[in-house]
Amino acid sequence: MLNPQQIESRLERILLTVQKPGRYVGGELNITIKDWEQVQTHVAFIFPDIYDLGISNVGLKILYNQVNQRPDALAERAYAPWLDMEEAMRSNHIPLYSLESKHALADFDILGFSLPYETLYTNALNILDLAGVPLYSKERDATHPLVIAGGHACYNPEPMHAFMDAFAIGEGEEIIHDIVEVHQSWKATGGSRNDLLIALAKIPGVYVPSIYAHHYLDDGTISHVEKLIPDAFLPIVKRIVGKLPPPPTRFIVPNIEVVHDRVSVEVMRGCTRGCRFCHAGMISRPIRERSVAEVVDAAESAIRSTGFQEFSLMSLSSSDYTHILELVSAIGERFGKDRLTLSLPSLRIDTVSVELMDRLGNRRGTGFTLAPEAATERMRRIINKFIPDEQILETARAAYSHGWTTIKVYFMIGHPSETEEDVEAIARLCNSILTEGRRLIGGRAKVHVSVGTFVPKPHTPFQWVSCDTPQQIEAKQDILKHKLRDRNIKLTWTAIEDTLLEAWLSRGDRRLSDVVHTAWKNGAKFDAWQDQHRYSIWRDAFANHGLDPDFYTHRQRRVDEVFPWDHISPGVRKNYLFQDFRKSLEGEVRVDCREQCYACGILPQFADLRRENPGDLWKCPDVKSPRRIPAGSQA
Amino acid sequence: MRLRITFSKSGTLRYTGHLDLHRIWERTCRRAGIPLSYSQGFHPQPRISLAAALPLGFIGQAELVDLWLDQDEDLNQILKDLQAAAPPGLMLTSIQSIDPQQPALQTQVNSADYEVVFLDPVDPLHVTSSLTGILSCVSIPRQRRGKDYDLRPLLKSLELIRTDNENSPILTMRLSVSPSATGRPEEVLAELGFSPENTRITRTRLILDNG
Repeated sequence: MLNPQQIESRLERILLTVQKPGRYVGGELNITIKDWEQVQTHVAFIFPDIYDLGISNVGLKILYNQVNQRPDALAERAYAPWLDMEEAMRSNHIPLYSLESKHALADFDILGFSLPYETLYTNALNILDLAGVPLYSKERDATHPLVIAGGHACYNPEPMHAFMDAFAIGEGEEIIHDIVEVHQSWKATGGSRNDLLIALAKIPGVYVPSIYAHHYLDDGTISHVEKLIPDAFLPIVKRIVGKLPPPPTRFIVPNIEVVHDRVSVEVMRGCTRGCRFCHAGMISRPIRERSVAEVVDAAESAIRSTGFQEFSLMSLSSSDYTHILELVSAIGERFGKDRLTLSLPSLRIDTVSVELMDRLGNRRGTGFTLAPEAATERMRRIINKFIPDEQILETARAAYSHGWTTIKVYFMIGHPSETEEDVEAIARLCNSILTEGRRLIGGRAKVHVSVGTFVPKPHTPFQWVSCDTPQQIEAKQDILKHKLRDRNIKLTWTAIEDTLLEAWLSRGDRRLSDVVHTAWKNGAKFDAWQDQHRYSIWRDAFANHGLDPDFYTHRQRRVDEVFPWDHISPGVRKNYLFQDFRKSLEGEVRVDCREQCYACGILPQFADLRRENPGDLWKCPDVKSPRRIPAGSQA
Repeated sequence: MRLRITFSKSGTLRYTGHLDLHRIWERTCRRAGIPLSYSQGFHPQPRISLAAALPLGFIGQAELVDLWLDQDEDLNQILKDLQAAAPPGLMLTSIQSIDPQQPALQTQVNSADYEVVFLDPVDPLHVTSSLTGILSCVSIPRQRRGKDYDLRPLLKSLELIRTDNENSPILTMRLSVSPSATGRPEEVLAELGFSPENTRITRTRLILDNG
């Protein structure tokens, strides 16, 4: 493998031949560079898409800081090179390297991939290939880096099981230290690669696919998952932190323009709304908040250390933050004169949100966003996101009259049992919003309608349902295209191929690994990029391995079906999800679970952690004597 | 007050373009707590003005930027604060307070000096003879982005300087800089038969009208 000096001198020849070479050189403000020889463990964190997107990923930022805080380890970064750079690197035999020290990735001890969504899978393979690391876990030995992954997509790790040595399930703040320490003791003893994998499997929250066997029934569904060593965990329960640690503030400041040029401060983790389609809402429980003072101080220190002009308060549902009004006032007081732009995503649809946004005083160029997701009362009850039309219209009216000219509305089609009438209602509601806007501000009023297609995600109450077929999706999109024709309405929708690919990959089992490999080999990469469509490659890859893609997506699941992800536990019980699915069929709404506990399973699963972090730290209401379940046993 | 800062741009910052450099100055000032003035109008912008765009990949040894401040401040303190807040690769070398009524910095630049290092060994005799050839031409017609132009009048000087290593001479040149006619060192290199990827180019000096 080339050393850093060799890599740098080859790079100098190619950097000026590619677009945006600043992506590939590092050297940004606030990076950490340690002496390679002085630390035991070298970790490279990889976001498998381009720098422009990956640099703002907060999860990796947290892990980067966690590892660099250790005197015995260093963390560096790598991203996927864009097509032009990949070509230049391959033809000049430059292996993929880290931005900080320019060491080849193959020289690291641990490669940690962030996999927040499924369409990054082929990029992850491409990165291993560019790094000169064997793709399949079983082909690697003790001389290769340990390859691990974490992130929301890893709640169904099986489509990537053949390539990753281990997955870290859940929140990374603590587990990353366990992994580094296990790696250090293994290295000290000079054991085999298998010894390392077995040691890793003893860390709660670490899933090592090679020590579990999957058995199938004749119909292709799973019969059961078997652990191959007796003291492995089954199920593998996610890790969480009881109290959110201080948020990162020394953000790396890119020297080139990137997609999200801003500081992000996580206000809270988890969501209590219980929307039944929402993967994040189910897997990130319980809800834990930071204090107003902690958030404001973090924002201030981050702005000081970065000089960014924009900051974003992150959470799954900003309006549900207990002290949201206080927070917005405190921010106004602290930063009112500083010409900063603050974004507050995922606000509830009500007039309070308009007031909040108004107080933050930034509307330049952006629209006011509403996400009702469905447009009929029936459908809203089914998805458990119940907002009456009148409330939506009132919010839109308030936004138009407070100076916004564009309302952005987000809907999904393809919800379970959706009919033409439910889709037509989307068009009707959008037209009503525009009518209100015209009445209030005349011809300037605009509506941007964004219509996604529902994918039944693992670990949600809808995991039993089938996806719409391409024909159904097309018919529904046609209704919208036909009925939303006003020149002040802009309609965007998700390409059917993108939805299907996301659905296959998120619902896949172990057999999908070979499909992912074949698709990558035949040229699939950057699958999250709409201009990189390689749909036929994917269909061919399924055919190559004798698999029917429809098996994964267009099939209503049996009530007692064992899912390929059942052995991975987000702490929420499968039974709870099933009850909630049943309630959905009956059109029964469940209110915010801060008000009433529906016993999703989080409290008994993490009873010890809850006891250590009592009272207001978690927003779960008090329940009588939670049943104790030792970590790792069957919930 | 209006400040003129001389700075160098090197290291990985070579690969940061002009617009991004503008943003870097903006952020550096914000981190340093320097009270920049803002333009009037609907989208107020901080008043930062760079002398002349440095092409991507070039090292800048003595680049110039003007900053406008809302109030008078101690120059040494500003220099210290800005340097502490600057990203790797941005080094401030001097600061002076200038007459706010001076014309825009861009309009004051009339030419620039460049130094070119070759990444591969070259034959100095061969290069020297090409130089002589170019300098003796009355006109060097070229095309850039589909437009015809004459490179010769933009080229004010061109010299090959020997170093200790026989095969690594340094090429220096002075080219004119103006909104309508800016000479580019890559174009000169192309005339000499070199591709810019195999060289390292430094802009060593910006020459202003009265300097």
